[in-house]
Amino acid sequence: MTLTRKLMASTATALILTAGTAYAQSETATHPETGEALAATQAFTYRVLDESPSIDPGLVEDVDGSEIVRDLFEGLMNQDALGQLVPGVATGYEVSDDNLVYTFTLRDDARWSNGDPVTAADFEYAWKRAADPATASPYQWYMELMSLENGSDVVSGDTDPSELGVTAVDDTTLEVRLSEPLPYFPQMVTHATTFPVHQATIEEFGDDWTRPENMVSNGAYVLTEWVSQERLVRSRNDQYWDNDNTIIDTVTRLVIPDENVALTRYLAGELDMTDVPAGQFPRLSEEYPDQAVSVPEACSYYFMFNLRDDAPEAFQNADVRQALSLAINRDVIVENVLAGGQEPAYTFTHWATAGFETPDIPMAGMTQDERNAMAQELLGNAGYGPDGEPLTVNLVYNTSEAHAAVAVAVSQMWKQTLGVETSLSNQEWQTFLEARSNGDFEVARGGWCADYNEASTFLDLMQSGSGYNDSKFVNEEVDELLSEAKTAENPQANYDRVEEIIAEETPIIPIYHYASVFMLNDDLKGWPYENFEQNWYSRELYVTADE
Amino acid sequence: MFAFIARRLAVAVPTLLILVILSFILMYTAPGGPFNSERPLPPEVLANINAKYGLDQPFWKQIATYVWGVTTQFDFGPSFQFTNRSVNDIIAQGFPVTLTYGAYSFLVAVLVGVSLGVAAAIKQNTWLDYLAVGITVGAQVLPNFVLGPILIIIFTLWLGWLPGGGWNGGQWEYVVLPVIALSTSYMASIARITRSSMLETLNTNFIRTARAKGLSTGRVIWKHALKPTMLPVLSYLGPAFVGMITGSVVVDIIFSTGGIGRFFVNSAFNRDYSVIMGITILVGALTIFFNLLVDVLYAWIDPKIRY
Repeated sequence: MTLTRKLMASTATALILTAGTAYAQSETATHPETGEALAATQAFTYRVLDESPSIDPGLVEDVDGSEIVRDLFEGLMNQDALGQLVPGVATGYEVSDDNLVYTFTLRDDARWSNGDPVTAADFEYAWKRAADPATASPYQWYMELMSLENGSDVVSGDTDPSELGVTAVDDTTLEVRLSEPLPYFPQMVTHATTFPVHQATIEEFGDDWTRPENMVSNGAYVLTEWVSQERLVRSRNDQYWDNDNTIIDTVTRLVIPDENVALTRYLAGELDMTDVPAGQFPRLSEEYPDQAVSVPEACSYYFMFNLRDDAPEAFQNADVRQALSLAINRDVIVENVLAGGQEPAYTFTHWATAGFETPDIPMAGMTQDERNAMAQELLGNAGYGPDGEPLTVNLVYNTSEAHAAVAVAVSQMWKQTLGVETSLSNQEWQTFLEARSNGDFEVARGGWCADYNEASTFLDLMQSGSGYNDSKFVNEEVDELLSEAKTAENPQANYDRVEEIIAEETPIIPIYHYASVFMLNDDLKGWPYENFEQNWYSRELYVTADE
Repeated sequence: MFAFIARRLAVAVPTLLILVILSFILMYTAPGGPFNSERPLPPEVLANINAKYGLDQPFWKQIATYVWGVTTQFDFGPSFQFTNRSVNDIIAQGFPVTLTYGAYSFLVAVLVGVSLGVAAAIKQNTWLDYLAVGITVGAQVLPNFVLGPILIIIFTLWLGWLPGGGWNGGQWEYVVLPVIALSTSYMASIARITRSSMLETLNTNFIRTARAKGLSTGRVIWKHALKPTMLPVLSYLGPAFVGMITGSVVVDIIFSTGGIGRFFVNSAFNRDYSVIMGITILVGALTIFFNLLVDVLYAWIDPKIRY
């Protein structure tokens, strides 16, 4: 997921939301499982930073858009509050002995919002559509990532989409064939790109099918209003197979670009959820301990070195890179600059990634004084620093107050510990992306968020052939380890070694692991705090009555 | 007069065309493109997308196709960023919002600004004058990105009277705060121009003559002084009106109104070429039109002006 649009969202105001009460279960005064008293109005209103480019499952590319798609559509499998797989439209699946064929069994009571049954053919159509070059989906590559049979060839346009390894055997049986075993394949079908779409609707309305008046969807909610850059409202889908267990009637997403204004409106009760502006978490968690939340977020923040041949010579030296990494006091950045529950990073992979044990990186076990001493020694031996050639670094980041704060802190650390002079330059997002991919930088900021909950979503960036490897780091051992990990029963040893190589070679400097920091109305319950990807579903939420 | 208007309209067409071409060139020289993202698209996918939007064509052909579509079918093309929206849709949604709060802001700014200015000039160097000047200076130095959040804290958080943002189809309670935030600094400028212009007018010979004839103060002000006073105000109002109805980015961002200003700025960041062009042309055309209107009004107010 790209970081610019990243934003957790938020919640509801009785003031604005009256719709949906039509079929509110007024007599259902208590939660069926917990027995808590429920509020009369079951509405959830949350804030996002910006409008989503698309809410078409095949095209959606941002976190905010995926949140909407997860409410409007339902895929084969869902995630529960802990991020574990639970049945969605599929009641379960079987895997062949060679781990190459997955057979999903679909429930027969799943319905589209117009009453049509949801069938395996809807999935087959949706997947082929997403992979089809003619659809021009920005998430087309996800179909390739899933290792579907013929996936790469379909994506590149060399093979017809009809050859993609997915077939509806009958209405309730979907067969998926992979080109190579992929241990985490089932996790991947909780992603919005794999959700079914209604073929007849798309064929009738073309690009306009995602408008409220046209959309046919199969999730717990249907789209009722969408005013771009202002609001998007979804309300219960009475055709949804599990509608009886849904409690929230109306979900409203408001676009509020200014996070401080959003916080004011949250405090005024207009929202149930909003982000905590940078640096305000300590204050807010003290004033509103029941509402200010910080949970791990599946992203890593790092600086990357330009390792291309035409880049400055100093950065071709691994000792210089490692010295610069050692001299950064992550604790100061996390505790004093960001102060929102982030964790210092010495590995690229986020510490909370499923099945990933953070390996013992020597640097992580040292005190900062030891790191500084080692950094000075490494830099001195390489012939730079106070007693050698003066070293200057140009650090470039995309314009943002938070990135600027981190960059300034790091430049001070480099100066004080190593005598390295840093020039800082910020660039507007598009300019920044172009400069980075063209290798027009010395050191650049990077941020990466998991697309699925497995370490390879991070580490694959270190492959020499990865299109996202802007450092142009090339290491054969890393390439081998990672390709081996794809099919390994237990890839942890490979990941450990890759992280060790990253620490030694330092093509990138991991700085911190993100935390998602937000305010959540304390009457709103059911939030999946422990779902690492923060994949929430509105149908799991409910509003308790004020005591 | 008609010849004048016809001449001005004839000049407007090449002016707009130059605007289109210059914007097009500037847009294309900016680094990046509409489909760049942190995760670069595979070349095959990018090629597909570029072909879909005609970005694989040579530059002159793109511009020609664009101008042709705009002039013959009034079609500003699809948005590159929002897959299910055309630029016409975006303008149709965002412009009425902006027009609504912009027009109200204009009314408020003119009514309050002119009244304050006139009152201050008539009662020059009295407490009323000092108060009016104080208010206008205060209003002018308080930028709306500061005023907006303050209004939300007061009226939404503390008093709970008005919603802190959104548009909701333009219900009045959603319009009030954006109008206050947008009109304040314009109101201040109008008041100051009116005041100094009125002071100047009141010192002229024809006003002295009118007073000498024994006309009442009210009649002197309304019948004789106000019209000439309005000339400098009017030349300010033309661009100000266009500025207000084509949207304040700040108001759109602080109050999340969904107006055109927000789309404009976002399209520039996202390199949404067709949206940039569509809104540029809209703003350009409105500017040309209202400047013409002001010139016509000038001639009507001041008979000495002839074109």
